[in-house]
Amino acid sequence: MNSDLIVFLVLSLVAIATALGMVFSRNAVYSALYLVLNLVTVAVFYLLLGAPFIAMSQITVYAGAIMVLFLFVIMLLGAESLVPSKALPWQKPLAIALALVLVVEAVYLIISRAQPGLAITAPDASVNTMENLRAMAMELFNAYLLPFEITSILLLVAMVGAIVLTKQEKVGKGS
Amino acid sequence: MNSVPVDYYVLLSAVLFAIGAMGVLIRRNPLIIFMSIELMLNAANLVFVAYASVFKSFSGQIFVFFVIAVAAAEVAVGLALIVQIFKAKKNINIDELNSLKG
Amino acid sequence: MHLSDTVNTGFFFLAPWLVFAPVMGLLINAVFGRQFSEKAAGTVASLASGTAFVVSVLLAYSLSLHHGEAVRWRLAEWIHIGTLNLDWTFRIDSLSTTMMLVVSGVGTLIHIYAIGYMHEDVRFKHQEGRFTRFFIFLNLFIAAMMILVSGDSYMMLFVGWEGVGLCSFLLIGFWFEMDTLARPSWANSDAAKKAFITNRVGDFGFLIAGFLMFWYLGSFQFDEVFKAAPAIAESAPWVIVAITLFMLVGVAGKSAQIPLYIWLPDAMAGPTPVSALIHAATMVTAGVYLVSRSAPLYSLVPQAQYIVAMVGAGTALFAATIAVGQYDIKKVLAYSTISQLGFMVAAVGMGAYVAGMFHLVTHAFFKALLFLSAGSIILGLERGHHAHAHHDEKPKIKGKPALSKVEGKKEESGHEQGEDHGEVFDPGDMRNMGGLRKTMPVTFWLYMIGTLALAGIFPFAGFWSKDEILLDASLHFTSVYWQLTIAAFFTAFYMGRQVWMVFFGEARTDAAKHAVESPKVMTVPLMVLAALSVVGGALNLPFEGFHNLGHWLGYTLGEVEGLPLDLTVAGISTALALLAILISWLIYGRTPLKAHQPDPLKKPLGFIFTGMENKWFVDEGYFAVIINPFKKISQFLADVIDWRFWHDFVHDTVIAGTYNWISEIALDRYADQKGIDAFANWLGTATQWISANMRKVQNGFVRSYALSVLLGVVLILGYLILK
Repeated sequence: MNSDLIVFLVLSLVAIATALGMVFSRNAVYSALYLVLNLVTVAVFYLLLGAPFIAMSQITVYAGAIMVLFLFVIMLLGAESLVPSKALPWQKPLAIALALVLVVEAVYLIISRAQPGLAITAPDASVNTMENLRAMAMELFNAYLLPFEITSILLLVAMVGAIVLTKQEKVGKGS
Repeated sequence: MNSVPVDYYVLLSAVLFAIGAMGVLIRRNPLIIFMSIELMLNAANLVFVAYASVFKSFSGQIFVFFVIAVAAAEVAVGLALIVQIFKAKKNINIDELNSLKG
Repeated sequence: MHLSDTVNTGFFFLAPWLVFAPVMGLLINAVFGRQFSEKAAGTVASLASGTAFVVSVLLAYSLSLHHGEAVRWRLAEWIHIGTLNLDWTFRIDSLSTTMMLVVSGVGTLIHIYAIGYMHEDVRFKHQEGRFTRFFIFLNLFIAAMMILVSGDSYMMLFVGWEGVGLCSFLLIGFWFEMDTLARPSWANSDAAKKAFITNRVGDFGFLIAGFLMFWYLGSFQFDEVFKAAPAIAESAPWVIVAITLFMLVGVAGKSAQIPLYIWLPDAMAGPTPVSALIHAATMVTAGVYLVSRSAPLYSLVPQAQYIVAMVGAGTALFAATIAVGQYDIKKVLAYSTISQLGFMVAAVGMGAYVAGMFHLVTHAFFKALLFLSAGSIILGLERGHHAHAHHDEKPKIKGKPALSKVEGKKEESGHEQGEDHGEVFDPGDMRNMGGLRKTMPVTFWLYMIGTLALAGIFPFAGFWSKDEILLDASLHFTSVYWQLTIAAFFTAFYMGRQVWMVFFGEARTDAAKHAVESPKVMTVPLMVLAALSVVGGALNLPFEGFHNLGHWLGYTLGEVEGLPLDLTVAGISTALALLAILISWLIYGRTPLKAHQPDPLKKPLGFIFTGMENKWFVDEGYFAVIINPFKKISQFLADVIDWRFWHDFVHDTVIAGTYNWISEIALDRYADQKGIDAFANWLGTATQWISANMRKVQNGFVRSYALSVLLGVVLILGYLILK
């Protein structure tokens, strides 16, 4: 049992625990905070996998911007918790059962097709250099330039859409 | 020997994905459903980065970068929709929104 | 006879314009006729016909430069099947050019005349829109006739033969919705159908002859047929006899010979220019042309020649007797035409082709003259009738007016038809005429020339041509000679009767009293024809060195020795003609006919005159022997065999009944209702049931939809694992 594996297992437990906490919290604010924890844990995994840029993006974009937006909306709408409803009483047990079946199936598939030769060692210091980042940027802006541009257009469209959707209707006020 | 088999990451990803899917199905609060979807996206991202590390390639990381961008866009629009639904219905319980019943 | 297929000299390349010129004329009139004035339409048609005449003249001139050798000008391929090779080839030889000159020359004069005639005719009948149509038909006729006479094979000739038959039908029925005045309750369309059907009988004979010809002689082309014929005549003479006699049936149909002449008198229902052009001068002579053209065949079989001659002579005499008893001015001329055609057929039957063709040409001149003059008289009477009796226009038709326009006019005018006479006024009835010598002097003199030519008085054209036929007959067939001589006597008699009745004495009606002379456009062509009737005999005078036509036709028909004038024959015929005119003067001229007075011949001749008056009851005989039994058989076939047996029993009872039974019991009740219907209904019910249950799935809860997605994922993964 090596040290990397121990770190992995501990972090995995944290990730699973926070994920379950998010799903089962009664208060939506708690859910959001559990998700922030989960995202940070995954960011640590990214660091372990030698992807510091993605890890930082995860922290800033996900854990930072997106989750702040979530919390903002939760509090704005006062949607911390909802009145229990009687609709679809069989949904919850069925969903849990299906999720378990999905996990079992996934485990079976992974075990049956395990590739023991492929192991991940801890990254050396070279991944944290500017050269590494530059190499990644070269790849992003050469091989993946078109998807990048399309993503930018997508973001623009999303921005416009969000503005249009939340805009106040000026009925009766204009002219 | 300091290494972790890549299958472990895949396994963790599968578990996180299943938890996210379960969250989508059992919660009635659309905000939490959204968060569960973010969790599922994260689970997928984890596998991308894990294999990128194995094959020493940037492609997986770049995909994750795009997924994060798309997730941000999705959240922006999705939250705007939720706000509008709340304005119209004074309620965001997803089980109340069944006017498309067949 | 030498043939050259390619001739670069002369005007032979113009040959197709014989047909194209009139076709162009009719197309121009058919397309632009509505925009044309009457003068323009008539001029176009006349020019088209005139072009054909010019072409004919040029062809005849070229042919004379070519020493009369026949020229074949191939225009187009027509039918090539196996050994049958038919082309549209123009045959230019002295025989065909003679016909072309007559057809297009007389045709052009009649076109010009018709401009004036139809101008008034369409107004008297209140159908002014039909003016152009008349000229379209007339041009079509010229084109068809040119195809007939210029054809190089029997089949091409047959095409023209049928074409002129069609034009004849169209033009006899030109006033198809009106009744023939001379024959009550007999519509003009009936006359047209009678002509067409009678001609069908003749064409049937022609076709049989054609089939025999192809079967035994292997060709339709004239030269090939004539070349092959002598050998067949040696080995199987009955073949040639059959061909020639079946051809005679066709000739009898087209040229109105016994027994198929009956259509021609009724054909007078057509406008008068038609009677002159088609039913006197050109189309009816096609049969004579056919026999002349087939001269090499007829020469091989004397027995067929004899029959042809006897048919012609019999017709000549028979029709001449009927002409004596007719009252309608055009009917007299119609029977006269039949009689004269009999002369020609008798001549060509005897082998006197030159005499036959000579008479054909002169007859075209003076009979066209007579008919057109008769048209002038009829219109003169119409004018007098309208000027005197009605100051408004009134339809000439009788019985059922088929056109509402006419009906409206009649009501407006408030007149009863035929008010002044108590019956419809018939401007063609000679009993309504009299004294026209004074009111229509030009027409009178022209008519006199035509009459003298027809009667065979020296020196008019008819004298020379008829005399040549009689001379030939006296040399070869005595019986034919006597029949023709008697026919010539009757000819002079009925023409005399007609002239006395029409022009002399006092006017028997107001219309005759106020008759008006025709305009120049009508009389000038008549003068040309009259001049030709006077001098036409010069074509072939019976003196040494004057046998021009005989020499000309000799290029085609073989040189014949021109006969000198036989004073005995000529003297007898002239004496008889003069005697006949004298007798007619005694009966009709000395004491002119009074209004409503019966014919003075009626009393002395009794039933004989009744027979003449009623055409010897031949029509009635045909009705009794052929038409009515035929109708009865047809009715029996239609009513009993077809309707009751085939329709009611076989179709309705047996076939339809069985079918209904099978379909009702077996198919409908069991297969359809219990099987197919039930299955279809079950499908519908099942679909409804399934959809009613399936719609519950669409519960509107987005979570349950998501659950279905996950369920799907799980199931697919499970399938992939367990596979």
